[in-house]
Amino acid sequence: MAKTIEEINEKIKKGKAVVLTAEEIIDYAAEKGVRKAAQEVDVVTTGTFGPMCSSGAYFNVGHTKPRIKLGGGKIYLNDVPVYAGFAAVDFFLGATAMPEDDPRNKIFPGKFSYGGAYILEELVAGKDVRLTATAYGTDCYPRKSLETYISLKEMNEAVLFDMRNAYQNYNVAVNLSDRVIYTYMGVLQPKLGNANYCSAGQLSPLMNDPLYKTIGVGTRIFLGGGIGYVVGNGTQHNPNVPRTEGGVPKTSAGTLSVTGDLKTMSAKWLRGTSFTGYGVTLTVGIGVPIPILDEEILKYTMVRDQEIWAQVVDYSEAYPQFIPGSLGEVNYGQLKSGKITVKGKEIPTAGLSSYLKAREVAQVLKEWIEKGKFILTIPVESIPSVDSGVVFKPLKERPVKKK
Amino acid sequence: MKGVLMQKKRLVLNYPPHIVEQPVISKLVKDFDLTVNILRARITPKEEGRLVLEITGKRQALEAGISYVKEIGVEIQPLAQDVKWHEDRCTHCTACISICPPKALDVDRKTMEVSFNRDKCIACELCIPVCPYQAMEILF
Repeated sequence: MAKTIEEINEKIKKGKAVVLTAEEIIDYAAEKGVRKAAQEVDVVTTGTFGPMCSSGAYFNVGHTKPRIKLGGGKIYLNDVPVYAGFAAVDFFLGATAMPEDDPRNKIFPGKFSYGGAYILEELVAGKDVRLTATAYGTDCYPRKSLETYISLKEMNEAVLFDMRNAYQNYNVAVNLSDRVIYTYMGVLQPKLGNANYCSAGQLSPLMNDPLYKTIGVGTRIFLGGGIGYVVGNGTQHNPNVPRTEGGVPKTSAGTLSVTGDLKTMSAKWLRGTSFTGYGVTLTVGIGVPIPILDEEILKYTMVRDQEIWAQVVDYSEAYPQFIPGSLGEVNYGQLKSGKITVKGKEIPTAGLSSYLKAREVAQVLKEWIEKGKFILTIPVESIPSVDSGVVFKPLKERPVKKK
Repeated sequence: MKGVLMQKKRLVLNYPPHIVEQPVISKLVKDFDLTVNILRARITPKEEGRLVLEITGKRQALEAGISYVKEIGVEIQPLAQDVKWHEDRCTHCTACISICPPKALDVDRKTMEVSFNRDKCIACELCIPVCPYQAMEILF
C-alpha cells in the first residue's frame, strides 16, 4: 500500500512517524521483509559530511552612511576577495577563495591554510570578520572606502548557496607515478602506495535515491546543521552513467545544488578544509530525508556498501590529462575495510568523507523528524534522471582568431 | 637480561649548542647498557640539537641514563607532550590512517571512529600535510 508525503507529514506532526537512518534500514528491512517494512517505515534519513568545493554564500551587509556602492568595487573579508559584481551591498564569497598574498603553490606543496571556507566557519561560529572595501564613488553612492568588523547577526541576509554538493559516488584516487602527488583527493603516495575515496556510501543521500524519485527541487534538507533546500540538480549532474541492477551509479553521477540560511547553521557542520598542494575547500554536512512512499523507494534505501561500486583512477596521469578509463572497480565495503587490491597489489585505503559524521547527520535529521520539528516537502520539479538525455560535456576549445 | 623487567620510553632531547658535539648516545649504549632507537634527529640553524629517542633498558639503568643526560645540560621530556591530536578539529574522515607508520592514528572499522594512541606515535609528521583539518600538531 502506497503512502503520500501528506500522510507522512500528518504522522510527523503527531510525533508518530517511524524514522530510520539509511544504515538502520538495511537490517530492519531485511528482517521484516520489504513489504512490511515499507508499510511501517515512513522516512529514511541519509547523511554525508565531506569536502565540497563548489560551495559559497551571498550576503547583504546593509547600507553605510554616507552610502557606498560595493558593487563593481573591491571587497575583502579577512583579506579574502569576494565577488562584487552585484548591487550596492550584496556580494558572494566562494569557499575556495584565498587571500591574494597567499603563496599558493609557489613553495610546493602549498599549505592553503586560510580562505573562504574558513570565513564561513568563523561566521557561523558567531565570530567577527574584517570587511574592507574600495569603491569608485557615484553621485548616489559617494563613499569610496570602508573598513569595519562585521558578524553574521548584523547582516541582513547571509545565505549558503552551493552550486554542486552531495556527489552521487566518486572516484577512488591512486598514484601510478614514482613521486608523491598532492591532489584534491589528498596526498597520494607513489606506485600505488595508497588509495583515497570520498563518499558516505550506504548513508550518502543520492545513493539512497539513485534515480532521483523523491529528491527534487524544493526538497527540505539538513544543511550545515540548519535547514536548507534543494535548488535543483547541481553542476556537472550526469545521470547517464553505467549503473548496477539496483540503479546505483558505478561512477560519479548526480549532484545537488542546495541553499539555506547561514544564520541557522553551525561551525560543526561547515568546516574550513585545507588540501596540501591543492587548495581550500568547505566540508559540508548534508542530510536528505527520503519518504518511504512504496516498496520500490524502500528497496533503494536498503542499498549497502558492498553493492556500491566505484572506479579506481590514476591521479598522476589519467585524471590530469583527462584520459578516460579505470584501473578497476571496488565497492565501499572493501574501501571501508582498509585495503583494496589494484593491479594485483594490496594497498591501504583512506576516506576523505567522514562516515562517522555522516551517521551523525542522519541521526540528527531522524531526531528532528521524530520530534515533529522537520516536515517533509513535496518537490515542485524532478531532477533530470537517466531518461533526460543530459550529457556531461568537456570544454571544446576553439582557437581565437587574432586580428 | 632474561627475567628482568625491561622498560621502554619515548623521549625528546633538546641539546644546547655546546653539547651537540658530545657522544651522548654512545655513552647511553655503552655505559648504561641501553638500547637506543633514534626516531628523529635534527640540528637547528642556531645549532641546537633535537632528538627523538626510544630507549629500552632495565628500569634502574634507564633512570641513571636519564639522570646523566639531564646532568650534562640536555633538556628531556616525554614525546607525548610534543604531539597533539585536536579531537575537536578531527572529523574522523580517516585520511591519516593509511599514512601513519606505527598506526598511532587508527580507526575502529565498525564505528569508523578515528583514535590517536600517543604512546605509539614516533613524531614522523607524515600526518601533518595529510590532515585537511589541522587536527594534528607536532611541536618541533
